[in-house]
Amino acid sequence: MSCESCNNELANDLYAQLEKFIDELPEKRGALISVLHKAQSLFGYLPKEVQIFVGRKLNVPVSQVYGVVSFYSFFTMIPKGKHPIAVCMGTACYVRGADKILDVFKRELGIEVGQTTEDGKFSIDALRCVGACGLAPVVLVGEKVYGRISTAEEVKKIISEYQE
Amino acid sequence: MPKIMSLDELKSLRDNVKNKVDLREKGENVDEMVVIRVAMATCGIASGARDIMNYFADLIREENVNNIVITQSGCMGYCYAEPTVEVTLPGEEPVVYGHVTKEKAKEILDKHIKSGEMVDGIIPVAHKSIDE
Amino acid sequence: MSKYTMHILVCGGTGCISAQSNEIVEQLMFHINEANMSEEVQVLKTGCFGFCEKGPVVKILPDNTFYVQVTPEDAEELVKEHIVKGRKVERLLYVDPTTEEVVSDSKHMDFYKKQMRVALRNCGFIDPDNIEEYIARDGYAALGMALGMTQQEVIDEVKKSGLRGRGGGGFPTGLKWEFAYKNKADQKYVVCNADEGDPGAFMDRSILEGDPHSVVEAMAICGYAIGATKGLVYIRAEYPLAIKRLEKAINDAREYGLLGKDILGSGLEFDIEIKFGAGAFVCGEETALIHSMEGMRGEPTTKPPFPAESGYWEKPTNVNNVETFANIPVIFLKGADWFASIGTEKSKGTKVFALAGKINNVGLIEVPMGITLREVIYDIGGGIKDGKKFKAVQTGGPSGGCLTEKDLDTPIDFDNLLAKGSMMGSGGMIVMDEDNCMPAVAKFYLEFTEEESCGKCTPCRVGTKRLLELLEKITHGKGTMEDVDVLRELSQVIKDTALCGLGQTAPNPILSTLDVFYDEYIAHIKDKKCPAGECSALLQYIINDKCIGCTACARVCPVNCITGTVKQMHVVDQEKCIKCGACMDKCKFKAIIKQ
Repeated sequence: MSCESCNNELANDLYAQLEKFIDELPEKRGALISVLHKAQSLFGYLPKEVQIFVGRKLNVPVSQVYGVVSFYSFFTMIPKGKHPIAVCMGTACYVRGADKILDVFKRELGIEVGQTTEDGKFSIDALRCVGACGLAPVVLVGEKVYGRISTAEEVKKIISEYQE
Repeated sequence: MPKIMSLDELKSLRDNVKNKVDLREKGENVDEMVVIRVAMATCGIASGARDIMNYFADLIREENVNNIVITQSGCMGYCYAEPTVEVTLPGEEPVVYGHVTKEKAKEILDKHIKSGEMVDGIIPVAHKSIDE
Repeated sequence: MSKYTMHILVCGGTGCISAQSNEIVEQLMFHINEANMSEEVQVLKTGCFGFCEKGPVVKILPDNTFYVQVTPEDAEELVKEHIVKGRKVERLLYVDPTTEEVVSDSKHMDFYKKQMRVALRNCGFIDPDNIEEYIARDGYAALGMALGMTQQEVIDEVKKSGLRGRGGGGFPTGLKWEFAYKNKADQKYVVCNADEGDPGAFMDRSILEGDPHSVVEAMAICGYAIGATKGLVYIRAEYPLAIKRLEKAINDAREYGLLGKDILGSGLEFDIEIKFGAGAFVCGEETALIHSMEGMRGEPTTKPPFPAESGYWEKPTNVNNVETFANIPVIFLKGADWFASIGTEKSKGTKVFALAGKINNVGLIEVPMGITLREVIYDIGGGIKDGKKFKAVQTGGPSGGCLTEKDLDTPIDFDNLLAKGSMMGSGGMIVMDEDNCMPAVAKFYLEFTEEESCGKCTPCRVGTKRLLELLEKITHGKGTMEDVDVLRELSQVIKDTALCGLGQTAPNPILSTLDVFYDEYIAHIKDKKCPAGECSALLQYIINDKCIGCTACARVCPVNCITGTVKQMHVVDQEKCIKCGACMDKCKFKAIIKQ
């Protein structure tokens, strides 16, 4: 299986980068969260294997690593979609109808918040205030910001932009 | 950048970099400022408006006058008289001078701006300036 | 020596960047170059101007022209008309919505007239990435002054100013510093809380994006006052731009010798490190924040011991929020007496609010304490969007409550807001109109606290869940009058027994709305109606006789619940309808109503 071996090579390289990051830390005490940030930026998510690796390298029980990963909403154990969709659910967006917009995304893509579509294209997240309240309701796809999204039509248009 | 080693060094750095925000600070209170506006359209620049503007800036720095804003405007329509300079004292109507040379610039500063006496070379104003 | 005679300031806050302000800067620079004006005209990206509603904002100085909703395509015209020809571009100027007059100078805009910028003094004025611009605005001079005073004198100055913590609690800052100063230890820490968790508040982020050096300087002053050599900024990882600007500010300050060893030749040692949060509202609570910085779950612990005795790694730690720090340099530059002359008797200075919701001028504002809600909403905020009726304003986020019509003339300060059943909080101010359903708003906040509850103490973990269930029942039209009593009682129990501020204040949105909008709860329970028309479970979409049978609604309906033949009136099958409202948006004849 050539494909798997190149995947492994890729993963090995990521592990090596993570190891280097950990080894170069001036202080390992209290570094768990920054290491997890680094790991998530490398792998895109924090699967069990990565958590075990981090635990061993930092000499912390894996249960503690898992405790931290599951505590913070920024960390995810599910890989995000190729086009991660984030609907701002801050109060400003909420009072201008963001919950309705989120419903349309869920219905159109057939997934719930925190899930990824089967083809791996989209994932949906609800996030708390990106601070573009003047543009409320706000939707992010990757880093692109869509402001003043108020109808189901506009939602469909956004999704279709990313459907090849 | 050598490190700042004392409050005095910090103060002198502050004085040196003050001009970075000076224009903005004055702009916030532009109604209370003397505004010197140099016409900087193509014809103005071709006639030496840029030198005149820089000369005004040097003069003001040398004489340490703090209530003057130097800025630029577009073509005022007096192409025959470039470089042209518009001077507005706080609360007064703008006055436009044509054919401004360095000597004239000095005269404008010394007489018009400092003591309110108009000097020769005024073009009768028929245009609308940017604030109107 | 700069020879610039015109400055073009482009708002580089997150809101405006989302609306392409980076591209505007590029385009402006390109066209300035084309016009051969790059020696005279400086284009720079500043922090937030506050007028987010009409972003991106471009301001030209010294003539103080304020352009709104500028696009990258407008750059060429701005340069060719305003800069080269000296003519203002009328169509991009701000139009006052009430008088319909063009206002070209921001000083004359109602939005700015009643504001007073202290914490935001440099936001939208300087280039946040340029330390020299900060120094030109007397930056780090306050640190220099503090270093010439004794530690106690510095603390006394802060005490005298009357500054209270801007993160929500309103604890006197000087007193907090004094506690940390008096606890002797080999190592102490200064922590800046930049974990802005209140959904809908973005003042801390805007300060860090627009004026990071004021926070760096204030932390150094605090470090000197309490005897700490290390500072930490705990910031949300979701704020990439603020992190970038803060990192640059810290590095530049080090390079200029304003952080590090022997600062300004005084022998003071102080340095700052950035710690990333990972998205947990409870980490705004100082003990939870400290645990999170130690790499653990951000769970709070009981106080005492207060962080001033035993904080980060069990050392005395002083935690202040971003806005609190941003006020510190001004207190030294202008004097504690000057600061104390602003505001009300017990709340001194100004407060930054993130004004959002159903209001015309969404934005970031800074007003003197004691201003009335009416002035904020109608003068600065420009009134309610689309001419609707004002219903309530929510302050204090998930910990706060609602103020209504009758509170419009109450002066805003810490104590008045508490007395009205709300709180200052970090400064979120969400305006709601007649279309917002208050039980649903309470439910929104409880969804938030229930999700964000760390789970350590039972009253909060289980209690918020039960509260949410009750609210869901009510907003689905299945509530009973007993539920209202249970809501009240349970809320009180949680308030009395929860471990930390998150739990203790979580029931506030319920108690406050129950108090003021009791009738709305009753309408949901007894009449099974949502008077505001927001609770979809209690709504029906109905097609009336304006329908011409164009079939647009039937085609857009995701569950095919609308039937009818062409040119005949259509009907909604209420059983199948999921109440998404897509049909109503689509109908051009206003033939679909919800009731």
